[in-house]
Amino acid sequence: MTFAFDLLLASALLWSAVRTLTTPRLDRAIVLFIVFGLLMALAWARLAAPDIGLAEAAIGAGLTGALLLDAYGVLRRRRERP
Amino acid sequence: MKRLAVIAVAAAFVLVLGSAMLDLAPTAIDLRGPVMANLVQSGVEHPVTAVLLNYRGYDTLLEIAVLLLALLAILAVTDAARPVAARPAHPVIETLARLAVPLMILVAVYLLWAGAFRPGGAFQAGAVLAAAAVLLHLAGLLPGWRAPRPRLRLGLAAGFAVFLTVAAALLTQGALLQYPPEAAGGLILLIESGLTLSLALILAGLFLFLSRDEAAP
Repeated sequence: MTFAFDLLLASALLWSAVRTLTTPRLDRAIVLFIVFGLLMALAWARLAAPDIGLAEAAIGAGLTGALLLDAYGVLRRRRERP
Repeated sequence: MKRLAVIAVAAAFVLVLGSAMLDLAPTAIDLRGPVMANLVQSGVEHPVTAVLLNYRGYDTLLEIAVLLLALLAILAVTDAARPVAARPAHPVIETLARLAVPLMILVAVYLLWAGAFRPGGAFQAGAVLAAAAVLLHLAGLLPGWRAPRPRLRLGLAAGFAVFLTVAAALLTQGALLQYPPEAAGGLILLIESGLTLSLALILAGLFLFLSRDEAAP
């Protein structure tokens, strides 16, 4: 059961990483990056390193995701306004 | 043709990396034993916190210094004169933020306290607090920050200052940041509290100092 979960987690990690890099739309890439960060936090928890998992969830997925989304918003507003 | 060559080179690189991972030599020094053996003297019960704030406290000291430096660089390049206004958000989001932020503050304090004996600690607590500030900003309840006033400056530097003060006061012990065992727990809690406050302000500052409402005239 845990092996199946780990396998699912690893493949979801790889899938979200590939999709983050290959998806053409920037907003989707950012959301996928956040998903990747959350899956990564789960992976750290499974690797018995909950400290890193907490830091990854809070900083890697949360704050970095918010910063990226903010930057995307600024970019889009600049593009709309000539 | 070019594409095939790129794929071949990438595959070869993956193979080399994989084989290098497989015949990694076992680490020459195993520090798990000494870490657990000295846990009683470290003032905390969780090995990760003991490593971060006691055995290798100077790493954490430099980490907070680097973060403070990053924020100072951001302050140096952003223009403070721009007007900053919080955009009104959807009332549902606003209500959700109002409900979530007190819980987030509670979680942050718990994480700070729990760091002594289970996973948690200053960095995680600070990040949760910073996320609460970002949430408030996105919900239109907290305006972006302009040039920091003295109180904010004090908060930004507090963690580093407290850490440095403790380090300087303990220089007589022989090594840098070598706590006396009976006072270690209290000192670590003091440093972590300062770190939590400063980290929260620094990480929130990364977002709130850069956040400019460009749509406003």
